[in-house]
Amino acid sequence: MRRPTKEEGLSLVPLIIVLLLWEIIAGYVIRDPLILPRFSAVIFSIYTLRELLIIDILTSLLHFGIGMTLAFSAALPLAIAMGWFRNVFRAVDPIIEIVRPIPPLAWIPLAIVWIGLNHYAAGFIIFIGAFFPILIDSYTGFRDVPRVLVETGNVLGCIGNIKLIRYVALPYALPSIATGTRVGMGVGWMCVVAAEMFGVGNSGLGYRLFQKFYFLHQMDYVVAYMLILGVLALCLDRLFRHFVEYKLFRWKKGIVK
Amino acid sequence: MNNKLKLHNVTKAFQSEEGGIKALEDINLEVKPNEFLCIIGPSGCGKTTLLRMIAGLDYPSRGEIILDGDRVSGPSPDRGMVFQEFSLFPWRTVLKNIEFGLQIRGMEDKERREIAKRYLELVGLQDFGNSYPYELSGGMKQRVAIARALATEPSILLMDEPFGSVDAQTRNVLQEELLEIWRRTKKTILFVTHSVDEAVYLADRVVVMSARPGRIIACVDIGIPRPRKRTSMEANEVRERLLMLLGSKRQK
Repeated sequence: MRRPTKEEGLSLVPLIIVLLLWEIIAGYVIRDPLILPRFSAVIFSIYTLRELLIIDILTSLLHFGIGMTLAFSAALPLAIAMGWFRNVFRAVDPIIEIVRPIPPLAWIPLAIVWIGLNHYAAGFIIFIGAFFPILIDSYTGFRDVPRVLVETGNVLGCIGNIKLIRYVALPYALPSIATGTRVGMGVGWMCVVAAEMFGVGNSGLGYRLFQKFYFLHQMDYVVAYMLILGVLALCLDRLFRHFVEYKLFRWKKGIVK
Repeated sequence: MNNKLKLHNVTKAFQSEEGGIKALEDINLEVKPNEFLCIIGPSGCGKTTLLRMIAGLDYPSRGEIILDGDRVSGPSPDRGMVFQEFSLFPWRTVLKNIEFGLQIRGMEDKERREIAKRYLELVGLQDFGNSYPYELSGGMKQRVAIARALATEPSILLMDEPFGSVDAQTRNVLQEELLEIWRRTKKTILFVTHSVDEAVYLADRVVVMSARPGRIIACVDIGIPRPRKRTSMEANEVRERLLMLLGSKRQK
């Protein structure tokens, strides 16, 4: 085991202070678990709920997985077309810009009517949330391929859209695609709670948090699930960066080490 | 057929809001095999456009370009090109950059790796095969670009101010190396520059162009035996002659 560095220690100190303050304020100032449960009570709740928690995490990850897979596989081809062919961009961009500002939650009624009360309806809301960040960062990557690289490809025999996209544009755009996916994952995760709130099933972090604990005024459970939502998102982000970003960005200055 | 490359009445006009702008007018030029030809001229004289048309990246409005008996109609790996800007693919290592043209051609991994190594050695960077472009200095990047352009064994090498963005010392070193590469590979080289010094040091023959619309004012045989000394009397004389040719046109 390597010893934690001074910098890492420095980032731990404020965290511990915040948790201590929380514990003290909740326990000695507010003294009402309905308004602010104590940190220790929340940790204890996590322990109490551990079996339920596993099921809810898996359900939420299923929704998240459905939404992200859909979003990525729809956004990437469209991003290639929009970024590489100027006419496609001109034709499609107005539609995108009208649909994009609609909050994902506003799609919930349509999702229910179209898809029904099932996992796919939740996945659809997450899809709406994640789709646009992935699309926009990705097509920017394809659009910004420097001309000199395309022409270099040309004079080396890389001619025609398919070859140029495969050997020049796609590798150039990969970091942008990765960034978009990361942002999309963030937005998609925010949609998980909302997507599960309307009762697509009888499990899931968002479902349990809102439909059960909140209605029963079990605020320590609510906050426990909030913490889990945060920590899980952090883990997903770290995993993504570990497996995808660091590899893709190796050739980029400054991010290598 | 004793010409490598032949330009016949090549004219290029660009469309702009005020109508057509003539960039190049009636360029006639013949380049011999294994010749080292430099093209100099004031900025905006269309020398880069001329090179791009030979590469097939631009098209003449009129006239034709004939390479090895065939009319140029688009880019192709039989014309290697080195750009002024750094043009390495940043996501590829040095070796993979050099392999690019061979990979597109469908050559097998092992074979193209061997060839890439050979050209990497030719430019003296054998220790940097697995480096990424951002790890290289400007001069090294251009060496790799030269190796990459040569790896597909083009019949002519087109260079557009390739040493324009490196410092003066490196530039001198690169010029010497280029001459050595030229001697060893026996390529025909077309080299665009705005530096009279560079042209006098490198070229067999220098084509002097006028400002827009670009025309050929003169073709000057350098005729100084190699290795040349940059500060020799003959070099100075040729330099003066070229500067006068460039200057006389500018005053009009």
